Amino acid sequence: MSMNTSLILLLILIIGFAAYLAGRSRALATSNGKLSVLHSLPGYHGTYAAICTIVPAVIVLAVWAVAAPAYIDSSVRGALPETVLSQGAATTELALGQVKSVANGLTLLDDAELAALENGSANLRDALAAKGVPLAGDGEAYMVKAATHFNAMTSTSRIVMAAVVFLIAVAGAVFALRGISAPFRARNQVERVMLWTLMLASSIAILTTIGIVGSMLSEAIRFFNSVSPVSFFFGTVWDPRFAAAGSEATQGQFGLLPLLSGTLYIAFVAMLFAVPIGLFAAIYMSEYARPAVRSIAKPLLEILAGIPTIVYGFFALVTVGPFLRDISAQMNGLITGNYVSFIQAQSVLTAGIVMGIMLIPFVSSLSDDIITQVPRALRDGSLGLGATRSETIKKVVLPAALPGIVGALLLTASRAVGETMIVVLAAGVAARMQLNPFEAMTTVTVKIVNQLTGDLEFNSPQTLVAFALGITLFCITLCLNIYALYIVRKYREQYE
Amino acid sequence: MNMMSEAAVEKALDRKMNAVPFKMIGKDVSVYYGEKRALFDVNLNVRENTVTALIGPSGCGKSTFLRTLNRMNDTIDNCRVTGKITLDEDDIYDPNIDVVELRARVGMVFQKPNPFPKSIYENVSYGPRIHGLARSKADFDQIVEQSLQKAGLWNEVKDRLHEPGTGLSGGQQQRLCIARAVAVSPEVILMDEPCSALDPIATAKVEELIHELRANFTIVIVTHSMQQAARVSQRTAMFHLGNLVEENDTDKMFTNPDDQRTQDYIMGRFG
Repeated sequence: MSMNTSLILLLILIIGFAAYLAGRSRALATSNGKLSVLHSLPGYHGTYAAICTIVPAVIVLAVWAVAAPAYIDSSVRGALPETVLSQGAATTELALGQVKSVANGLTLLDDAELAALENGSANLRDALAAKGVPLAGDGEAYMVKAATHFNAMTSTSRIVMAAVVFLIAVAGAVFALRGISAPFRARNQVERVMLWTLMLASSIAILTTIGIVGSMLSEAIRFFNSVSPVSFFFGTVWDPRFAAAGSEATQGQFGLLPLLSGTLYIAFVAMLFAVPIGLFAAIYMSEYARPAVRSIAKPLLEILAGIPTIVYGFFALVTVGPFLRDISAQMNGLITGNYVSFIQAQSVLTAGIVMGIMLIPFVSSLSDDIITQVPRALRDGSLGLGATRSETIKKVVLPAALPGIVGALLLTASRAVGETMIVVLAAGVAARMQLNPFEAMTTVTVKIVNQLTGDLEFNSPQTLVAFALGITLFCITLCLNIYALYIVRKYREQYE
Repeated sequence: MNMMSEAAVEKALDRKMNAVPFKMIGKDVSVYYGEKRALFDVNLNVRENTVTALIGPSGCGKSTFLRTLNRMNDTIDNCRVTGKITLDEDDIYDPNIDVVELRARVGMVFQKPNPFPKSIYENVSYGPRIHGLARSKADFDQIVEQSLQKAGLWNEVKDRLHEPGTGLSGGQQQRLCIARAVAVSPEVILMDEPCSALDPIATAKVEELIHELRANFTIVIVTHSMQQAARVSQRTAMFHLGNLVEENDTDKMFTNPDDQRTQDYIMGRFG
């Protein structure tokens, strides 16, 4: 008697479909051949019947599927011997896990083997291993009893669940079918269900965001319990000092400022690179390019946006970094005779340039949209006065598009601040505050990756600091995005 | 004298008009948008210091012809113009001609008021600035004031020259656009249905303005309103399906047109 959940689900759907057909034909019968007497078309009555059948049953099924195992676990846990329970939560969970695999194994044994186990003539571990169920330790006597208990509860739960769910489905169908009459507003009901479905979908997205922020915040608060916010936000030294496992003797310094300055510096270099190129590309695309050129060049430019950032990281690490290092050595040699490179392979410049390349399509695509939105009438007005194309762009189109472009640039900047893979590979890990773009600096995102890489326990400030960094970064990009959207929206209103 | 026959009146009028020299001459002008031909060998001349109205049903090519006169069609992709158009003997489609200079001589006012999102002052001084017509602030101030006065807008805006031009009413915006065109001191002003987006009072003001501008400029106006053509123009040209049907003195056109199609259109039988 193994009725699994997907089979139940399938059967509910079949009942639902039957309810749909029945509802439709019942509505048709009610109409006596005159569809216009029905408030809603027969299809809506059918859909309503199907919804009444499926939705409550599926909700109960879902709740049961989540709640029942939890209930069974706690019941089995309670039945474990005192000696196990007294050894703490970890041991209890381990035992529970073992009981579950025993329970799984027991279903594979036949009656003779079960009898042998009960009278102690067979070893539990060997018997299960023969059936392909590995056991972590030698089974103990109480485990068989607990496992049998577990199996019994599980199968009872399944049967009851199936019965209850089918009952609800049938009851829903009967309720809906009995309610069908000519004036019944099935269409409005279906419409309401649609509305709820859509609202559910969007609230899931919003709730997930809230959940992410909440989990980051709670971990960050744990961090701030051991390190004061003042020394984090205003500290100028980043030296987390990974303590040896278990020892809490040394505590590092967690100064945010070196990381933040690196983040902003690299983002600034990237923007310095991406903004002019992206903007000029956008102007060319929107104002000069013929439709044929535009239809090819624009998608090509946007392919850049689809390259995974880790690939840009490789590019920085393997190509741009060494190239900058070598060319700086050559230049230095030509001028001073001393062939020593003054640009490090991992540097602010390398990371900034490569990130800038990554950002070009964002700048150009967003600005292109905004420039194209400037009404043609303004261009005509300027051209009609005898202005050249570039005068028109410089003096009329760009000023009109400026607020929107600023908004686009802010959105791009928030991407630059949050970018991870390029800086991990190209910026270096040295957390220091300095102004030389040819040297390595590090960013908030790099340090988050560093602190969370490896085999870690999430209870020391060394790892928890990652959440504090994350929430700081989140706040920065959130503010940038909100401000950018505000500017873009304000600009939109001008032409509407 | 007042027993003059109708024919004699026409002749007298023709003589009067014929004495006015041509400012622009269009010969066999055809326009193609890609494969589609929009104008068929139009021969139309524009007389100096005269208001010439172009009328005809929608899609008849009147706006297209207007835009050939300052090569605004150049800004449209796949648009091709054949034939010859001269402005004071200069072929405006000659490869050596500078479009920028041409458009400074032949200004344009558009259907929808399109002031730049700048101040009123900057809107008017925009053209003089790009063409280098003035150097000092005083020169600019003078040009702005004169242009706004010519456009009949000075008294309404003189106290708020530095407020945005987009904040004016529709009729004021259109007069601002006319002031902007006038500021470059063009010889010809093209107007593409300048009143179609305006209410009757603003329309009356713009029409009055067109009447005054005629003293200094040659004006070509596209209009959908027969009454407007009759009110503001001295010459009228009727387009139909890309062809020039008839070009005549406005008075004659609206009383006794030569072509049956003109008569039908004016009587409202099609359009």
